[in-house]
Amino acid sequence: MNSISRRTVAAAALVVLGAGALTACGSRTSDTAAASAESCVDTSGDTIKIGSLHSLSGTMAISERTVRDSVALAVEQINAEGGVLGKQIEPVVEDGASDPAVFAEKAQKLITSDCVAAIFGGWTSSSRKAMLPVVEDANALLYYPVQYEGLEASENIFYTGATTNQQIVPGLEYLKEQGAESMYLVGSDYVFPQTANRVIKAWAEANDVEILGEDYTPLGSTDFSTIVNKVRTADPDAVFNTLNGDSNVAFFREYTNAGLTAEDTPVVSVSIAEEEVQGIGANNIAGQLTSWNYYQTIESPENTSFVEAFKAKYGDERVTSDPMEAAYTSLYLWKNTVEKADSFDVAAIQENAGGVSFDAPEGTVTINADNNHISKTALVGEIRPDGLIYEVWSSGEPIEPDPFLEGYDWAGELSGN
Amino acid sequence: MDIIIGQLATGLSIGSILLLAALGLSLTFGQMGVINMAHGEFIMAGCYTAYVIQQFVAASGAGLAISLVAGFVVGGLLGVILEVLLIRRLYARPLDTLLVTFGVGLVLQQIARDIWGAPAVNVEVPPFLRGNMELLGASVPYTRVFIFVLAVTCVAALMAAMRFTPMGRRIRAVTLNRDLAESSGINSRRSDLTTFFIGSGLAGVAGVALTLIGSTSPTIGQSYLIDAFLVVVVGGLGQLRGAVIAAFALGVLHSFFEYSTTASVAKVLVFVAIIVFLQIRPQGLFAVKTRSLA
Repeated sequence: MNSISRRTVAAAALVVLGAGALTACGSRTSDTAAASAESCVDTSGDTIKIGSLHSLSGTMAISERTVRDSVALAVEQINAEGGVLGKQIEPVVEDGASDPAVFAEKAQKLITSDCVAAIFGGWTSSSRKAMLPVVEDANALLYYPVQYEGLEASENIFYTGATTNQQIVPGLEYLKEQGAESMYLVGSDYVFPQTANRVIKAWAEANDVEILGEDYTPLGSTDFSTIVNKVRTADPDAVFNTLNGDSNVAFFREYTNAGLTAEDTPVVSVSIAEEEVQGIGANNIAGQLTSWNYYQTIESPENTSFVEAFKAKYGDERVTSDPMEAAYTSLYLWKNTVEKADSFDVAAIQENAGGVSFDAPEGTVTINADNNHISKTALVGEIRPDGLIYEVWSSGEPIEPDPFLEGYDWAGELSGN
Repeated sequence: MDIIIGQLATGLSIGSILLLAALGLSLTFGQMGVINMAHGEFIMAGCYTAYVIQQFVAASGAGLAISLVAGFVVGGLLGVILEVLLIRRLYARPLDTLLVTFGVGLVLQQIARDIWGAPAVNVEVPPFLRGNMELLGASVPYTRVFIFVLAVTCVAALMAAMRFTPMGRRIRAVTLNRDLAESSGINSRRSDLTTFFIGSGLAGVAGVALTLIGSTSPTIGQSYLIDAFLVVVVGGLGQLRGAVIAAFALGVLHSFFEYSTTASVAKVLVFVAIIVFLQIRPQGLFAVKTRSLA
């Protein structure tokens, strides 16, 4: 009895000591990170390092590898034009492996051991949420190129993809204009679809659109027969799709096989771009809609030269997509901000970012100083059998970013007002 | 009513996919006691076989038939290579086969990633399998019907081969008692190889079938491996009829759970059901004395 209690005490002491040591270690690393973040970036040489952090493996690789490619293109172009403040950009490429924990770890590595001036990357909201405390603690910069669910703004993150009011809300309004009175929501089970659907439900209630059902599947899931059965039974006017990655292939195959068509029950997707259409097979998805801010088929001199440069570098069969374009634009926005600030210093960049703009392939975009998002034009597009997406509706002019939906009455509680 | 029929059909089709994935495993794990974690990658090899063949033969009935045969051969050969190079050295240490084959699986995934890239590739569905049929008010895609028929055919062929051919008898003899089988003149090495060839070949066939419903990517095998093991364990090691019943039961259970809840909750509920079942019957639906349990 005595020995047991002594052993218990010893064990408890060990646990406390261990925990203490761990916390000490934890705080020490983050202290050094914060202290070294400003001094660590080496601006003395002819080159400046940036981080390129994307999932090159795992379920998200289908999408994220393409973004890495367009980051590389922008780097090459900027370097050819003389670099940033006379320095050549040197990208450090890391694999986030479709795992938020790996993203956090790799972001930490890029900041503290590679001493990059900024990180470009991330796709899923989970990966962004995982990197957010890392970049905030280290006072580093992350340029995040993908549309997301909104309700976030960090001084250390520049959001160059769309927020909800630049993509989802225009998509919904287009459907309503087309006469849709009921919808079914299908999404992957994680941050973006869950939050996006909360926004959609709030919008639907205010607009007299009925939500007939809401279903989530685990990321990477490939069995959609039950969900498609549910959709058929509910018979909505349209489906709003927030599935991510490989799941889309199985979903659209099942959808088409079950006899559901784009004419009767269109699906609006917000995570499928040109690159994903290739993996899904254009004949499985032709006629369906997407809501984005960029398509390869946009006719403008900026886009023509972007698409030509991309194909010249990676081959004619490759296509460009919205997140790729946003990542490409991110590099130029960073460059323009650095040049305006005349410094790679994080504080100087944060101070000077507001109002910085770039004539991007999607049209002119401008950084909003209040929330670090950018203004973007919304485009609803139709997927054609050639695998490309063609604009069927446009907002005409850039929409100011409103991540917390403060300008929308129906958003009520969501916006935190 | 049509909901019940529809979900029943869905459950049977999930069940037939589970069955295809588990059938080969039931041989190599159930009968031989080898925990082959690379089984999922053999499934993946089947998927990519279909993809490669599609580059030469347009998606059609003939193309699919060629893919199924080629998938069987590719999966089988991979199994034989694995058996000869690694597993034969580990028959006495079943737990080590788990680690070794897990590593082999990772290597195979990376090889696939290097050859075909990490993004999913698209395998076209033959025209005659597109669309759906009406079944008592419910809609059943033709691909699902095909997979159901394929699974039933594979089970029938495997059962017949095990029961009525000399080869099948030899395999069963070695499974039950290796020493006695050897002393009565059976070449147990050859029997091991045959078993592995068939078991892994069936994984290849499962892979070809999976290209009809989902994406083809290097990690596809992972999503089916655990389910396949569950089917084999619930069915009882080495029991084909157990695997068949378990696969369809789990498939139907999953589809009804998913209909009344959500996909994520359904997965949990199926796991809970399996745990409860294994508490009552740890040996699975049917039990047999195998080398691994003796």
